[in-house]
Amino acid sequence: MKRFLGFVNKEFLHIFRDVRTLIILFGIPVLQILLFGFVVSTDLKNAQVAFLDLSQDEMTQKISDKICSSGFFRRSETLLSYNDIDKVLRKNKTKAVIVFEKDFGRNLISEGKATISIITDGSEPNMATLITNYVTGIVTSFNMELAGTQAAGTFLVQPEVRMFYNPSLKGHFMFVPGVITLILIIICALMTSVTITREKEFGTMEVLLVSPLKPFQIILGKVIPYFLLSFINVILILLLSWFVFGLPVKGSLVLLLAESMLYILMSLTLGILISTVSKTMQQAIFISLVGMMLPTILLSGFIFPIENMPAGYGWVAALMPPKYFIIIIKNIMIKGTGFLYVWKETLILILFTLAFTGLSIRNFKIRLQ
Amino acid sequence: MQKIIEARGICKKFGKTQALKDISFEVSEGEIFGFIGPDGAGKTTLFRIIATLLIPDEGTMEVMGLDSVSGYRELRKNIGYMPGRFSLYQDLSVEENLNFYATVFGTTLKENYDLIADIYSHIEPFKKRLAGKLSGGMKQKLALSCALIHKPGLLILDEPTTGVDAVSRAEFWGMLRNLRQHNITIIVSTPYMDEAMKCDRVALIQAGRILSVNQPDKIREQFTRKLFSVQAPEKYKLIHALRSYPGTVTAYPFGDSVHVTFRSDEFDNSLYEYLRGMGITNVVIHETRAGIEDRFLELMEKGTTAIDRG
Amino acid sequence: MKEAVISVKNLVKKFGNFTANDDLNFEVYEGEIFGFLGANGAGKTTAIRILSGLSAPTSGDVTVAGYNAKKQPEQIKKNIGYMCQKFSLYEDLTVKENIMLYGGIYGLKKALIRERTDLLLEKLNFREYGDRLISDLPLGLRQKLAFSVAVLHEPKIVFLDEPTGGVDPITRRQFWEMIYEAAGRGITVFVTTHYMDEAEYCDRISIMSEGKIVALDTPADLKKQYHAASVEEVFVKIARPGNN
Repeated sequence: MKRFLGFVNKEFLHIFRDVRTLIILFGIPVLQILLFGFVVSTDLKNAQVAFLDLSQDEMTQKISDKICSSGFFRRSETLLSYNDIDKVLRKNKTKAVIVFEKDFGRNLISEGKATISIITDGSEPNMATLITNYVTGIVTSFNMELAGTQAAGTFLVQPEVRMFYNPSLKGHFMFVPGVITLILIIICALMTSVTITREKEFGTMEVLLVSPLKPFQIILGKVIPYFLLSFINVILILLLSWFVFGLPVKGSLVLLLAESMLYILMSLTLGILISTVSKTMQQAIFISLVGMMLPTILLSGFIFPIENMPAGYGWVAALMPPKYFIIIIKNIMIKGTGFLYVWKETLILILFTLAFTGLSIRNFKIRLQ
Repeated sequence: MQKIIEARGICKKFGKTQALKDISFEVSEGEIFGFIGPDGAGKTTLFRIIATLLIPDEGTMEVMGLDSVSGYRELRKNIGYMPGRFSLYQDLSVEENLNFYATVFGTTLKENYDLIADIYSHIEPFKKRLAGKLSGGMKQKLALSCALIHKPGLLILDEPTTGVDAVSRAEFWGMLRNLRQHNITIIVSTPYMDEAMKCDRVALIQAGRILSVNQPDKIREQFTRKLFSVQAPEKYKLIHALRSYPGTVTAYPFGDSVHVTFRSDEFDNSLYEYLRGMGITNVVIHETRAGIEDRFLELMEKGTTAIDRG
Repeated sequence: MKEAVISVKNLVKKFGNFTANDDLNFEVYEGEIFGFLGANGAGKTTAIRILSGLSAPTSGDVTVAGYNAKKQPEQIKKNIGYMCQKFSLYEDLTVKENIMLYGGIYGLKKALIRERTDLLLEKLNFREYGDRLISDLPLGLRQKLAFSVAVLHEPKIVFLDEPTGGVDPITRRQFWEMIYEAAGRGITVFVTTHYMDEAEYCDRISIMSEGKIVALDTPADLKKQYHAASVEEVFVKIARPGNN
C-alpha cells in the first residue's frame, strides 16, 4: 500500500510541477465555458421584426401582439405589400418579416389551418434559425391556448421539441452539458494516455516494470489523480454555470455527480486503452485528439443534432460514449428527470467502461516487446 | 562461488533480425562482469532478458537461482536495473526521484543510506535540483543511486557510461569497485573497449554472438601473434604502405600509430627499406602488447573469414 | 608553417553573468585532425556553435575558413561540413536520396551531385546499396556514409561529434582511414568526443575546463608532459577543477 501511495504521490508531483498540465486541466474548462457563454450567445432580445398583415382580423392581431410582447421581438414597421419586404430587409435593421395570409382568421376557423410565413434574412443564418424557432415556439403556444378553448386538432405549425424543455428560451442551457462532456473526455483520455506513454518514452517504464509494482497498481496510480482532478473540474463547471449564467441543476445533484464519476471512469479507461496501443506521446495525443475530440464535437449531438444525421452517421454516433453522457446530463440538468429516464444510457456507459478495462488489461504488457 | 547468472543457449529474434544467437555464459557472485561490444551487438536485448523484461525464443536464463521467465515476480524484487537512457523523472528533484524509487521497492533512503552514501554524497548538495537540470555525470550517479536503493543482489547497468565525460566515467568505475564490499554482483555493458580492463571478467559480443569470455588480461594474452606498433608522420600513406608489404598480415590504425602483425612474427631491415621506397621515413617500430580492441579485431576477422569460407 | 583555417583570438562568450568561453586562443591548420576535448559543461558546445557560425562571439576575433564568425556566419556555413553520431542521415530516405538532399542543400549542381554520388558509392563499395533505405543499413555503413555526405561539398573544415562512438572496431578503423584520407586532401577535421581513445587518433588535441583551454598539444607530448600512459589519464588529471 505504501508503494502504491508513493506512486500516486509521484503522479501528483508531475501534475503540479507542470504548469502546462495545470492550465490544460483547469484553464481550458473555465475558458470554454466563458467563451461559449458570452461569445456564442444564442439569445434573442428585442429583435426587430416587420409585419405584413393581409388579413387584418382579430386572430392576426392577437398573434402579432403575442409575438411583440414576448420580449424577444419588437415591431419595427408595418408593411402594406409584398414589394416592401425586400426593401425593409435590405435596410438590415429588420431581421425578419412575418406575413399573415389573406383571410387568415377565417381559414383558421373554417378549415382548421391557416398559414403564417416567416421571412428571414438568410445572410445571417444563425439569427434566421433562431428567429424561426422562436416565432414557431410562440405560435405553438398560441395554438395550445386556442386548443384549450376550441376543438382539438387545430394546430397551425408543428411544435419544436427543444422548446418544451427550455421554456425561458435561454441559449446557455444547451452548451453546458456539451462542454462538460467534451472536457471530461479530453482531459481524462488525453492526460492518462500521455502520462503513461511518457514513461515509455523516457524509459522509466522499464524500471517500473522491473520493480515489484504490479501492473494494476501502475495503472490505478495513474488514474486516481486524474479522477480526482476531473471530478473537481465537474464541480467547477457546474458552479461556474450557476453563478455566471444562472443555470441551476434541475434534477438530482447527487445523481448528476454520480453519473459524472461513471463518465470520468469510462474516459480514464479509454485513455489507458489508448496508451497501451501507442508507443509515443505523439501517437497518444494524436489518437486522443483526432480520435476523441472531433467525433465528440461532431457526432455526439453536442453541436449537430443526431436526429438530423444520415443513417450511417447515426450508427457511428451510437458508438460514441459521449453521446450517452450528453443525453444523461441534459436529462438531469435541464429536464430535471430522474434515474429512471437515463438508466439505459447509464448501463451503456458501464458496458463501455468494462470493455475498455478488459481490453486494457489484455493489452498491458508486463514485459517489453 | 555461487552462480548468480547462468545463461544457456539464449536466442532472440525480432522479425527477421536475429538479435541474439546461442548465448551462454555464467556470472559468479560478487563479480563485475562486462559485456563489451558495438551498438547493435545485442547487449540491450540480452540485459532485458536478464532483467525479466523480455522472453528468450530459445534457451534458459537462470538468475539468482530463479528462471527469468517463470520467476519474474520474485526476481523483480531483487534486481537493480539501470536502462541505457537514465530512467529518471526529469521533472522531479534528485531527492524526489530517490524517494520515489525507494517507496516503489518498499524501502527508504535511510535504510540503505550506507550502501549509496559513496555515490549519493556527490549529488546530495544538489538534492533539490530537478533531475532534468543535472549534468550527464550527475544524472548517471543519481540513476545508479536509484537502481541501488533497495540493495539488490544483482545490478544491471546498460551502457551506464555512454555520453558521460571521462572524469565522471573514471569516478563511476571507482564507485562500482567500492560496491563489491557489499557483495553486489554487477553486470555492465559498454561499447568502449578500454573499459573492459575495469571489469573482473568480460564477454566480447558482436552481432548477437559472444566471441570470447574471460578475464580482460587473459583476453589480451589470447592474441595469437606478436603485435608491433609502427609510427611515421604520414599515417594514411603508412597504413597503405604497410598493407602492401608482402610480410604483413594485418595493419590497422590505432591511436597515433599503426598496429601491425607479420607472417613471421618479426620484421627486418627490408621493412624499413620497403617503406623508404614508398617515401616514408622517420619510421619508429616497436613490439607492443595487444589490447582488448586488438583481440576483438582479431576475433571479428576470424568470424568474417569463417563466414566467407562457409 | 601551415596555413591556419581556424583562427581564434581572445574569444569570449557570455550568457548573462555566465562566461561560457573565457579568452580562448588557438589555431587549427589545413589538413589537420584536431581533437577538441572537455568535460560536460566545459564550454565545448558553445565554442563549436561559434566556430560553425550558429552563434556570435561576445568579443574576440574568430576566423573560420577565411570568414569572420561575427560578420559572415553564412559564408562559414557554406564552407564547413558537420556530422554527429546521433543524427546525420534521414532514415526513411534511401542512400541516394540522402546524398541528393545534402548536395542540394549545399547548392551543388545536379550533374555534379550525380558524379560524386557514383564516386562515393564506388569508393565505399556501396553500389548495391544506393536505393536502400538508411534504416536498412548496418550501423557501421551508415556511419561511413554519413561522413562521406558531410564532405560531399568538399568543405574546408568538417566538424565531427563523437564520430566513432559505439561502432565496431573494424568499422572504426575504416572510418579513421577515411578521415586520414580527407585530411590528406586538405580538409581540416575538427573532432569533439568524450572518448579519449578516439582522441589518441588526432594530430593535436585541446582540453577545455571551465571555459578555458587548459592544454593544447599532440597526444604524445601531452602524455609526456603529464607523465601519463594515455590521453585519458591526462584528461582525468586536468579536465575537472572542482566537483561537478
